[in-house]
Amino acid sequence: MTRLTVPKTYKLYIGGKFPRSESGRVYAVSSAGGDFLANAAKGSRKDARDAVVAARAALKGWSGATAYNRGQVLYRIAELLEGRRAQFIDEIMQAEGASAAAASAQVDDAIDAWVWYAGWADKYVQVAGNANPVSGPYFNLSVPEPTGVVAIVAPQAGGSLLGFVSAVAPALVAGNTVVVIAHETAPLTAISLGEVLATSDVPGGVVNILTGSPAEIAPWLASHADVNALDLLGAGALDWVNLQIAAADTLKRVLPPEPDAAPSLARILAFTETKTVWHTKSLL
Amino acid sequence: MSFSSTSFLNYAPAPESTALLNLKPDYGLFINGDFQPGNGTPFQTISPATEKQIAMIASANEADVDTAVAAARRAYDRTWSRMSGSDRGKYLFRIARLMQERARELAVAESLDNGKPITESRDVDIPLAAAWFFYYAGWADKLDYAGVGPNPAALGVAAQVIPWNFPLLMLAWKIAPALAAGNTVVLKPAETTPLTALLFAEILQQADLPAGVVNIITGAGSTGQALVNHPDVNKVAFTGSTAVGRMIARSVAGTGKKLTLELGGKGANIVFDDAPIDQAIEGIISGVFFNQGHVCCAGSRLLVQESIHDEVIDRLKARMSTLRVGDPLDKNTDVGAINSAEQLQRIRELSDIGEQEGAERWSPDCALPQNGFWFAPTIFTNVSTSHRIARDEVFGPVLSVLTFRTPAEAIAKANNTPYGLSAGIWSDKGSRILAVADKLRAGVIWANTFNKFDPASPFGGYKESGYGREGGRHGLAAYLAPAARPGSRARTAAISAKAGSAKASTEKVSTEKAAAARKKATK
Repeated sequence: MTRLTVPKTYKLYIGGKFPRSESGRVYAVSSAGGDFLANAAKGSRKDARDAVVAARAALKGWSGATAYNRGQVLYRIAELLEGRRAQFIDEIMQAEGASAAAASAQVDDAIDAWVWYAGWADKYVQVAGNANPVSGPYFNLSVPEPTGVVAIVAPQAGGSLLGFVSAVAPALVAGNTVVVIAHETAPLTAISLGEVLATSDVPGGVVNILTGSPAEIAPWLASHADVNALDLLGAGALDWVNLQIAAADTLKRVLPPEPDAAPSLARILAFTETKTVWHTKSLL
Repeated sequence: MSFSSTSFLNYAPAPESTALLNLKPDYGLFINGDFQPGNGTPFQTISPATEKQIAMIASANEADVDTAVAAARRAYDRTWSRMSGSDRGKYLFRIARLMQERARELAVAESLDNGKPITESRDVDIPLAAAWFFYYAGWADKLDYAGVGPNPAALGVAAQVIPWNFPLLMLAWKIAPALAAGNTVVLKPAETTPLTALLFAEILQQADLPAGVVNIITGAGSTGQALVNHPDVNKVAFTGSTAVGRMIARSVAGTGKKLTLELGGKGANIVFDDAPIDQAIEGIISGVFFNQGHVCCAGSRLLVQESIHDEVIDRLKARMSTLRVGDPLDKNTDVGAINSAEQLQRIRELSDIGEQEGAERWSPDCALPQNGFWFAPTIFTNVSTSHRIARDEVFGPVLSVLTFRTPAEAIAKANNTPYGLSAGIWSDKGSRILAVADKLRAGVIWANTFNKFDPASPFGGYKESGYGREGGRHGLAAYLAPAARPGSRARTAAISAKAGSAKASTEKVSTEKAAAARKKATK
């Protein structure tokens, strides 16, 4: 006799909590083979706006944390993910129809990406900032700072877990908070990753995950006046040019879609602002 | 309090001579190394101090823009992208030296055309513009250290549109890093201040810069629009209003053109009660009255700690009473002419709204010349954060004063704006300055000083003040793309799109879409 399994209810991840969509809508998510896996929450405009409020509220704490602290928190995600390797391999195999070896490699890459980015938290400022030799008695220093709230359309390329991590991790390094729209047809690993984030030391609201139709949700984020930047990494199949046009109204920083997003310092710096401080030196 | 005892200000006029100017009655477009007539209707450039015509200027229409971009593309493909970095650098050094040699002439032309005091064009605009070329000249053969990895690539043809407030300096901010990085340029100066850009074109001829590497086309907004939207440009750099910046951001969406925007600001100048008060007063004055307040990073919102408000206002008024408004070419002038009738109208309008909304308006007694465009230095007290003079960029000699009690309140008020370009902090306490600087959302922060610029120092905004940096290593990176990484499809695609023509960039869009569609289909 086989044991009757206990399926999981997948919800959104907003402000450190797992709410259902306020719209009450769900959509069926199927495996690569076409079998029903779960009903995912179909996020609405209101959910997106709630997520932005949560991200904005979390920004002060996350961007104000010491770089060492942020690095440790990001590393902690890798630790917890390592402990849940089997779960994620299993989910990826179901969702993507991937082989055990491919799913395992994807989880390893995702864990390693967190480790790599974690190490940048207390270094990127040194690499991207500098003292400026100005012609006058001034102390003059340029340092990168987080841009603010970043809305992300997560890609599927690289796999449902790795694609998600490759977009989210770099934005977190500098202290941005994010609202991510998970991939539409393979959103479950993203929500499971939300469970990892919720039980690691990532403060609630730093990462907010929406599932549903990116085509429906992304325009609201692109035009939202309290979103500072838009990463269209996974928006290649959407009408992304119009998203970029909508983002221009509030002069958001926009990254266009890309076929892949290997870990890079450029992805960290894409959502930073350079602040230059001049201070007088007295004439002795 | 009375400020009428200012007789010591009755200096004898000390006008700078215009004799060293050798201007032509009319100027063409500078395309492919030569001046040529434009296909648009020529327009006059006037002196805003007298409203007298200085010269007639050619206007570029779409066909001219096409010709200029084609010249830049040709120069990029055949000459500039093949030249060694050290040779590019030598051209830039030459240009810097020629600008230094002709500095006085350029300063006089700038003050004549723009209306800014000769002391400012002579001591700030022109020396800084030359310094900008000198600084970036040295970068041309050191691009590996620009911060985008080894062997970075130039982007191609850069379309650059600049404002009227610092005509030659903005030209230098745009052209110097673009050329150092290996790009070629089509630049459009502002409609009201084309003169020094055209003199600069003559300098390029003296420097023997290869034809087409820099093209300067004059005209109104439509010329700029045609340039920015030209399908064969790879980089767009714009300094100007936030409204136009938005329009440009919209129009380059999806094209793959790299974009730098330096837009408006509403800079907060925060004065704590322990500030070195003499220096603070000077800093507030220069922060908002420098260049008639036509400065995107002007400290146009004074946030003064409540306990010293009255003293600061009294001293500001006394200092404002000593400002000499008048002939830009007079070496005693502190505040020159407003650049255009249109800008004067906007300043008047916003100032009137300031009064209507209940703020208290004050200007010193000062006789303004009959002809030309003038606006007396003005201060508004009793301003609240919701007033339009506390929110809108006036871009004129108008200071709005607000108060605060705690550092937290100062920070909240300073950040309460969609802009984020500049801010000032005045305090004797270093730890407080650093803590406040950390929390201000602005790209440039001046502590116990204001309105300082240097080619080595990155400049640019947060939020709706734009994106990208100009100046320093960061300003160089804005004109470079990382080298293609072996095995990375993304980078290769991006770079080939940049190196190719606009057709390539539109193709890139459709290829990506097609790829995405394919991906969907195979899922």
